[in-house]
Amino acid sequence: MTTHPIDEHVHELGMPAFDQRIADAVARSVELGGEKQTTLKAKDLKTDQEVRWCPGCGDYVILNAVQSFLPSLGIAREDMVIVSGIGCSSRFPYYMNTYGMHSIHGRAPAIATGLAASRPDLSVWVVTGDGDALSIGGNHLIHTLRRNVNLTILLFNNRIYGLTKGQYSPTSELGKVTKSTPMGSLDHPFNPVSLALGADATFVGRAMDSDRKGLTEVLRQAAEHQGTALVEIYQNCNIFNDGAFELLKDPLTGTQWSIPLVHGEKIVFGPDGASCVVADGWGGLRVAETNQVDEADIVVHDAHREDPAYAFALSRLSSQDLRYTPMGVFRSVAKPTYDAMMTDQLEDARSGQPADLDRLLRGSDTWTVEA
Amino acid sequence: MTGTTSETAPQTQASAPGGLVKDVVTLDRVVIRLAGDSGDGMQLTGNRFTSETASLGNDVSTLPNFPAEIRAPTGTLPGVSSFQLHFADHDIMTPGDAPDVLVAMNPAALKANLADLPGGGLLIVDSDEFTARNLAKVGYAENPLEDGSLEGWQLVSVPLTSMTTDALADSGLGKKEAERSKNMFTLGLLSWMYHRPTEGTIRFLERQFRRKPEIAAANIAAFRAGFNYGETTEAFAVSYEIKPAPMAPGTYRNISGNQALAYGLVAAGVRSGLPVFLGAYPITPASDVLHELSKHKAFGVRTFQAEDEIAGIGAALGASFGGALGVTTTSGPGVALKSETVGLAVMTELPLVIVDVQRGGPSTGLPTKTEQSDLLQAMFGRNGEAPVPVVAPRSPADCFDAAIEAARIALTYRTPVFLLSDGYLANGAEPWSVPDTDSLPDLRVEFATEPNGTDAAGDPVFLPYLRDPETLARPWAVPGTKALQHRIGGLEKADGTGNISYDPANHDHMTRIRQAKVDGIAASLPPTEVDDPDGDAKVLVIGWGSTYGPIGAACRRIRRSGRSIAQVHLRHVNPLPADLGDIIRSYDRVVCPEMNLGQLSLLLRAEYLVDVHSHTQVRGLPFRAAELAAVLQDVIDSTGPEVQS
Ligand code: SF4
Repeated sequence: MTTHPIDEHVHELGMPAFDQRIADAVARSVELGGEKQTTLKAKDLKTDQEVRWCPGCGDYVILNAVQSFLPSLGIAREDMVIVSGIGCSSRFPYYMNTYGMHSIHGRAPAIATGLAASRPDLSVWVVTGDGDALSIGGNHLIHTLRRNVNLTILLFNNRIYGLTKGQYSPTSELGKVTKSTPMGSLDHPFNPVSLALGADATFVGRAMDSDRKGLTEVLRQAAEHQGTALVEIYQNCNIFNDGAFELLKDPLTGTQWSIPLVHGEKIVFGPDGASCVVADGWGGLRVAETNQVDEADIVVHDAHREDPAYAFALSRLSSQDLRYTPMGVFRSVAKPTYDAMMTDQLEDARSGQPADLDRLLRGSDTWTVEA
Repeated sequence: MTGTTSETAPQTQASAPGGLVKDVVTLDRVVIRLAGDSGDGMQLTGNRFTSETASLGNDVSTLPNFPAEIRAPTGTLPGVSSFQLHFADHDIMTPGDAPDVLVAMNPAALKANLADLPGGGLLIVDSDEFTARNLAKVGYAENPLEDGSLEGWQLVSVPLTSMTTDALADSGLGKKEAERSKNMFTLGLLSWMYHRPTEGTIRFLERQFRRKPEIAAANIAAFRAGFNYGETTEAFAVSYEIKPAPMAPGTYRNISGNQALAYGLVAAGVRSGLPVFLGAYPITPASDVLHELSKHKAFGVRTFQAEDEIAGIGAALGASFGGALGVTTTSGPGVALKSETVGLAVMTELPLVIVDVQRGGPSTGLPTKTEQSDLLQAMFGRNGEAPVPVVAPRSPADCFDAAIEAARIALTYRTPVFLLSDGYLANGAEPWSVPDTDSLPDLRVEFATEPNGTDAAGDPVFLPYLRDPETLARPWAVPGTKALQHRIGGLEKADGTGNISYDPANHDHMTRIRQAKVDGIAASLPPTEVDDPDGDAKVLVIGWGSTYGPIGAACRRIRRSGRSIAQVHLRHVNPLPADLGDIIRSYDRVVCPEMNLGQLSLLLRAEYLVDVHSHTQVRGLPFRAAELAAVLQDVIDSTGPEVQS
């Protein structure tokens, strides 16, 4: 009774043998209900719950983009889990016909870590916001990133507290006038991409809610990434911070101030490619006029660079008012994932000395009292 | 000398060990306290002596007492660490109120512990350490070994340090290094004095210093030298024998509370067939459970040292959602941080074991001292109506069974459960009759594998909050299960569907049903055991947790004095056993001793409208059986027939 029999289910699922009973339940449900459907349509991911964001909220377009994109992964909806915290964006799981947990403020990365670390067979997603991930949950976010647990974090950044009706957030710009800062915010904001790179995140990307193509591309790469992927999604809160990203969305100014990042390509942007990114001579990067620099000096984007300093330098190009904002994948490097290493340790321990509860309980120093 | 409270007269017989004629005195029990600097290895020495003693078949109970600081300045009072052990030829319940023998490795240890040694007790000191400098450090103007102030005790002054270095003169070790073996010299001496077997310690030292054979050899040499010194010196004319205690047949080992608790969790994983996931943040005195569980990956135990207390419980809850037995371990301050997640576990109705190894509070309080002051925090320390079952172990070895019981409740009822241990249980140790694993409770529960309802159109659907009519537990459908995808969370759930609901009637219903589920656990509990051997007691003493030993020992004293007393000790504090009200009401007086300011008393009064007499103490130390007996005796003697009328 003390050793776990091995069954094919656990191996099929890539789970260690201890998770036999979980694997059995999954297998039984397939026996009863038929094979899991891996060819999905966007509508298969919708729930019967009425979506309750404010009309016009950027969350709608993100939800649509995610529901259209996820089927391309070929993962059954039973194998997807979305964990969220608290905030407008954290309502997300209710609208996705997958497994989900709408948890408590800031703690989604921690909860998702426990789930992803113990269930490597699942595709685990975290949906969070700027207040949830960067203020109350800042600690969990950075530690999740450094551990590289296999999960994808979608950070909806609207630079405001929406659900609590309009206080400044940790990404609100200095001087921002809100309900709680009538004379302007005194807080210097976080740049979420810089913060994630500082935590040595193995994947960091940024996309715009309204840019379906760009968002889908970043999501695709994030989903393929093994380890923790952080995607910052600029999301318009049309009620409390309308137009926060207008500078980047407006067709005219958008071209001027967004810096599209494409791996392996020179970083050139602006109308007619008038601007580019070059080394600043101090270990950082700066924006230059393309016709003023030697073409060979223009930085070729390398998302796979081991040293996060380069991606960090990219993230520092943007100012608080969003001029020079790189969009796309900043960093994507391969490192062992926490859950895979944890599974390996378990399997190693098991092959070293098979689990025997009687032997464990007896220990090495026993004595016997005869009847 | 020793065994001053012994029930049988010491029997003396002459023997001739080592050629020298020495007396052997038979005692029924001894309490020894080893005290020294935290760097002197008193805990290790105590643990070794305990193991030797246990393997000899004595019943034994121990109480380590160490400073919160890792390395307080050497030779100072805050740096004193001690280890008390009580062993006997009969079943004992506590580490002893006061030592019969005090070993003081330096002046600080003497100063900090002397008051606890009753007059006439044996006092062994390391005379080498009584230097002018060390005496000055703790404010001794005169050397107490010489000024006659210790005349009331049997003082044996032994140059333990220099005898150790002499014994290791040829070991190749430097003086400082050789001195570090003085604890093993002392252990050798005590082993001779009390006829302890030596092989276990020698094997232990060889194992412990596998990679440093010269250190192993030095320690073994010092240990043997101490033993031989006892045999040959004239300083000790007598050695003592304590016969094995009559114990139920079985295989025994010595075990501490934290280790037993960790083993209980491993066993719960095996018996439920589920992987155990521990999310924890280091905290005294609970960290040893994390350390222990991290060794048992071969059992599928995943341990996750989180970035903070909140992440520890969060990860555990996430793992429970995925089908694991989620566990988090902490102490009082950590529980405060975890409260919000405990509430989420109440709302999401997922299994979770929250281990609180209580320590002195509030705030950082007394990290290394014991207390029972988190009971009300466990009961009520959350927003909203958030009932959580509370289970408490009564002794170090009982932590094993209590952990399994906590897991049983968590898994059966899909609820977070508090397991309230404390510092005394965590670090204390006692012999444990190792159970046959096949006899442990079967904790298997079924995961949901198919839809359990139909929607308006008659199509099969999964209702995550459709309850088992008996336990009121909701189905546990783990991600990956075909067609059962569902969303849970902290917002109020609609009955059945689990969808978000702000409906007033639904909230009222759900609040009551969550309470009813926890209350209903009482139906699964065995009848409460009442220990009332005379059957005519008028006073009932009721306790929970680690006070079991002192209360039990106090009851024995009371009964020996010809009085009657009944004892009930609660394993379950929430819900309280269904028969407890009738039991309590059948006694004239109810006394509830606790290491807090009356938390269980408050609950009992509220629940049963009975005027419970609360006797409390918050000294960071367990009750002394003698003091407790005196309190109980007063209550009994004041409960005359006139009170009954
Ligand atoms: S408050 Fe803002 S972020 Fe929240 S739902 Fe409304 S528009 Fe969206």
